[in-house]
Amino acid sequence: MMPDSRVLSIGGLIVAILIMLPMIISSSFALSVMNQIGIAIIFALAFNMLLGQGGMLSFGHAVYFGLAGFVTAHVINGMHADAFPYIPVTLIPLVGGIAGLFFGIVIGFVSTRRAGTAFAMISLGFAELATGLTLIIVFFFGGEEGVQTDRWVREEWFGITYGPDIQVYYLIAAWCVIAAISMYALTRTPFGRMSNAVRDNPERAQFIGYNTHRLRWLAFALSSFFAGLAGALHAVNVEHVGFETVGLGQSAVILIMVYIGGTGHFAGPILGAILITLLNAYLSDVSPAWYLYLGLIFVLIVMFAPGGLAGLVMMHEPIRHAAPRLLWRMAPAYGAAFGTSLVGLTGAVGLIEMIYFLSTTVSLDSTFVLYGIALDTADIWPWLVCAALGASGGYGCKLSYPRVAEAYSTAMHEARAMVAS
Amino acid sequence: MLLFLLASGLTLIFSMMGVLNFAHASFFMLGAYFAYQISQPLGFWPALIGAPILVGLLGAAVERYMLRPVHRFGHVAELLFTFGLAFVIEEVVQMVWGKVPVPYDVPESMNVTAFAWQGLDYSAYRLFMLVIPVGIFIALFFGLTRTRIGLIIRASLTHPHMVAALGHDVPKVFMWTFGVGCALAGIAGVIGGNVLGTEPGMAIQLGPIVFVIIVVGGLGSLGGALIASLFIGILNNMAISYDFSLYPIFENLGVERDVEGILADLVNLTTGSIAPLLPYLLLVLMLIFRPRGLFGMRDV
Repeated sequence: MMPDSRVLSIGGLIVAILIMLPMIISSSFALSVMNQIGIAIIFALAFNMLLGQGGMLSFGHAVYFGLAGFVTAHVINGMHADAFPYIPVTLIPLVGGIAGLFFGIVIGFVSTRRAGTAFAMISLGFAELATGLTLIIVFFFGGEEGVQTDRWVREEWFGITYGPDIQVYYLIAAWCVIAAISMYALTRTPFGRMSNAVRDNPERAQFIGYNTHRLRWLAFALSSFFAGLAGALHAVNVEHVGFETVGLGQSAVILIMVYIGGTGHFAGPILGAILITLLNAYLSDVSPAWYLYLGLIFVLIVMFAPGGLAGLVMMHEPIRHAAPRLLWRMAPAYGAAFGTSLVGLTGAVGLIEMIYFLSTTVSLDSTFVLYGIALDTADIWPWLVCAALGASGGYGCKLSYPRVAEAYSTAMHEARAMVAS
Repeated sequence: MLLFLLASGLTLIFSMMGVLNFAHASFFMLGAYFAYQISQPLGFWPALIGAPILVGLLGAAVERYMLRPVHRFGHVAELLFTFGLAFVIEEVVQMVWGKVPVPYDVPESMNVTAFAWQGLDYSAYRLFMLVIPVGIFIALFFGLTRTRIGLIIRASLTHPHMVAALGHDVPKVFMWTFGVGCALAGIAGVIGGNVLGTEPGMAIQLGPIVFVIIVVGGLGSLGGALIASLFIGILNNMAISYDFSLYPIFENLGVERDVEGILADLVNLTTGSIAPLLPYLLLVLMLIFRPRGLFGMRDV
């Protein structure tokens, strides 16, 4: 299937944005955040090949990300010491990818025999094993210090040295586009379709003559390849790989990213990676409770929107397709829900921040600044106001959310009627 | 034995609802923190009763209001939900009690030597930690196999529609089983928190090991959980206390202790240092070669 002109124009627009972005936002912090986003996007898409397309929930996918990062760091160090033949750093992500592929093939063979809970457990076991091994096999993993590396090997094409961060940005952006396109193309191949089939109904896939284990294994290995690619870029980006990159924490973050973004749609993980990395970069300095918010968002998504954010957006696609004006009719209900949520969140966040402040700060001063207002935690008023805001917002949500569901189903009904007539 | 107490609650929940509760160790942690909070004004004994009840009620509420709506999205969603819950509970604990360990200690009255054996003193509290889980194991075992309540619980698992037709409220049975499972974790927290140290990281330290135990013992098997927790406890202690090293072998081969590179890690490898890895190795091997565990009736 040839991509039609619309897809091509969107793709061209994205590439143009990627090229222009560092020219518009040029602070070094923003640049490093964008680098992290690029890596997170590749890793998230690779993870979704397993979770979304293959139906395999892994608690240890960072193993392939991290191991590939270590291999990359050693290869670059080996090139410095002339122990390895020279490979341009531009192509070094392929080395990481091949490392990921290798570990994916080896570990995938035993872990993909079963899907579901057994697969999740075995991935957890391998994650713990890898974390433990990083502290034992010191010559490879560098123990607790990790492995340092220097990405400036020698001048490459067009005088690129990967000294300045901006050059690394373009490296990551280019690989991100290549990886995203190839992973999207993979979903359109017979393999991609069979991977979905094995997820939805393994028994039927077996009946029509496919080996489900081999398909899962292939999906796992390919996913590990792209995870390794991301790991190599991570090693090049921060020039250091630590033991925590293979650990459960890293795996948990990527899982949360992908799930919040949405597993059912190809763009979901991209959305999640961008959103969570941005929030992580800018909120974790502002609020000590950032991880609590992240966990709460994740739990709420699992409970109420299993399709993730992309799923929520795509729910409205049929309505938009039938008649965009129906969306406008839903706006009041959505606005009311948004308003009440905002009030409730303001109160809840205020309470959480005050409790956090009380339990973690050792200073004697009892005031701190939130929303640009100085709050005195020793006083009762901030607590009362926040509690009142939270309670009224929560009550408002209880009233307004059923209206949203009602507005949605009415609009959906009309859209169906229009399509039918 | 602490491990058994945790594992029994988890395996009870799993055999009932088919949910692997990722947040189980978090309920264990909550048990320890609740016990700390109650024992500050009231002492240890009220905490031993009160904290597990609180944890159990919390667990039942979680099942009723949060897990049940997720149930219709399937097992993977449930697993993800409990995973997120574990994350949230850890953060909430940090929020309320801070990031540093709280001073939750062994009660004074129990901190005496009960008996000495082979030159080692065993405190009364150690004995207490052994007796409570054994008592609970016996109570659970007989409760599940010999009483009417146990009969209904086991029947709800295999024939939920039949049990419902006989007039029992099956969702309520599920809710209370989840609550009791969490309460067991809470008890483990109360009696283990003061020995292991009550801190926000305790859940993540113990959580994966508990999974290993119920998978190795066989999902849903109480006896299997007992054997597996004993086995892993002994394996761990043996590896640490005997602390074999590969060095003598290398010494005979003529390798010095201060070699460079890849050999250095092998030479300095001791069983003590790989002890934390053994349970996970066992988990992986078990899932590959015998996915139903030692005493399990069905595959994972």
